[in-house]
Amino acid sequence: MSKEYEMVIGLEVHVELATKTKIFCGCSTEFGGAPNSHTCPVCTGMPGSLPVLNKQVVEYAMAVGLATNCTINQNCKFDRKNYFYPDNPQNYQISQLYYPICINGGVEIDTPEGGKKTIGIHEIHMEEDAGKLVHDEWGESSLVDFNRSGVPLIEIVSEPDMRSAEEVIAYLEKLRLIIQYLGASDCKLNEGSMRADVNLSVREKGAKEFGTRTETKNLNSFKAIQRAIENERERQIELIEAGEKVVQETRRWDDNKEYSYPMRSKEDAQDYRYFPEPDLVPIVISDEWMAEVKARQPEFREEKAIRYAEEYKIPEYDIDIITSSKKLADIFEETVAICGNPKKVSNWLMVETMYLLKEKGIDADRITFSPKNLANLIQLVNSKAINGNVAKEVFAKIFDEDIEPEAYVRENGLTSVNDEGELRKAVEKIIEANPKSVEDIKAGKVKAMGFLVGQTMKEMKGKADPGSVNAILREIFGISE
Amino acid sequence: MANIISDETIEYVGILAKIELSDEEKEQAKKDMGNMLDYIDKLNELDTEGVEPMSHVFPVDNVFREDVVTNGDDREKILSNAPEEKDGAFVVPKTFD
Ligand SMILES: [Zn+2]
Repeated sequence: MSKEYEMVIGLEVHVELATKTKIFCGCSTEFGGAPNSHTCPVCTGMPGSLPVLNKQVVEYAMAVGLATNCTINQNCKFDRKNYFYPDNPQNYQISQLYYPICINGGVEIDTPEGGKKTIGIHEIHMEEDAGKLVHDEWGESSLVDFNRSGVPLIEIVSEPDMRSAEEVIAYLEKLRLIIQYLGASDCKLNEGSMRADVNLSVREKGAKEFGTRTETKNLNSFKAIQRAIENERERQIELIEAGEKVVQETRRWDDNKEYSYPMRSKEDAQDYRYFPEPDLVPIVISDEWMAEVKARQPEFREEKAIRYAEEYKIPEYDIDIITSSKKLADIFEETVAICGNPKKVSNWLMVETMYLLKEKGIDADRITFSPKNLANLIQLVNSKAINGNVAKEVFAKIFDEDIEPEAYVRENGLTSVNDEGELRKAVEKIIEANPKSVEDIKAGKVKAMGFLVGQTMKEMKGKADPGSVNAILREIFGISE
Repeated sequence: MANIISDETIEYVGILAKIELSDEEKEQAKKDMGNMLDYIDKLNELDTEGVEPMSHVFPVDNVFREDVVTNGDDREKILSNAPEEKDGAFVVPKTFD
């Protein structure tokens, strides 16, 4: 291959909003109900039913728009997108085409080359989700569950500003973090609360014209996105090199087979015949309303990072990990507010918490322990009531069951023995039993002291402060720090 | 009639609407659609320069619901509208993406 190619990528990102109810009816959006248990005449498209807009949807959409530097369309409205599919009971989807709520925004990403780059956002619009089709493997029919029908979505349409899979992922991570910080969605790719469709074309490097693009759907993880992008790039380059044409089409990615295939046959007309939605009145967003939403915006990651460095004086590395999740950042701040010691709190979050999250395969935003219990644990360690090893054991319990560390330590007899006399007795016993080590130490091999500390800890069944044991030994042997 | 609807157009509209028309019905529909488009042409004669497109007849905006669950589980009633039902779901002809 002599020619050099570059990709031009734009994304359509659907995000399920974290409202309690659907966009146009008072049905619950809760997950996991029995099929069709969260439905009503509106979200099953019964004739004569009328939609009424959920105000929270507008506020979330506006909040995301403001956080991504968009202009808010202060006069916006809904449109009707017409198509037939069994998961769409009305035979149309209520969406926004002509006056979407947010336009002309963008977010800054860090590029793999170490620079900064702005990815433009063409628009963000509000719309409703479709129901779910379950295919009966043996039967001649499919089953439809409308529990997801009418769940509010925003669709964030980027400009074709991305040039690599890495940039795509950086952009998605940025969006996800902003939206999670806003509490507007949990943005889980694997659970479908964030879905990204990739519009991709390939052109010779330096060319001005865009190539023909395809749209790839069904990407459920960052890895799948990465693989699908590489795969589609190769496929299009092969076509071009063979002198064939790339067909503009929608393709479905199969992550198990690492392969995509065209989704709809050409005979299927893609003509949505949009028109203004007659069942919904226009939305007028006053300056006051916009200011209110803006005033409620949380402190975002970049602002937090600056404040953490100043206020808590913890290293940049710590800040990076802690602010990577709103939940972690909240726990950090609340814990420090109780027990101080920001670096110690940070260590518990970065090391033990991250380890347990990884081991159990859960995301940071699903953490259930309370800052109060972590703070108490840190206080117990500080006052030498428990030692480091016991603390780890207790923390695992806090992580799993949010137990109260003080009561737990007491009930399980884990308190360290700090009685000087008792400790000294144990140390003396160990010295007597290990004449060889004693000789070594006297001969200048101070390292042998570690062994005696270990033996004493064992003798105390782990319930001693190794620092205190060490101090007693040093005193006995007359070794200074 | 100034607007003549072609056979292809009526065929296409039929596909979009998922309806099958007899030849007779097609002829009638072509005539009706032509008349409608003529009427639109008539409207287009008006000078609407500087006039905001109207999306609603009533001067009403911002009709909202609060985000509060008001519907309970009405599955039985909803499913009674299904032509066929299985395991609490609507049964439709087998459909793939
Ligand atoms: Zn409903």
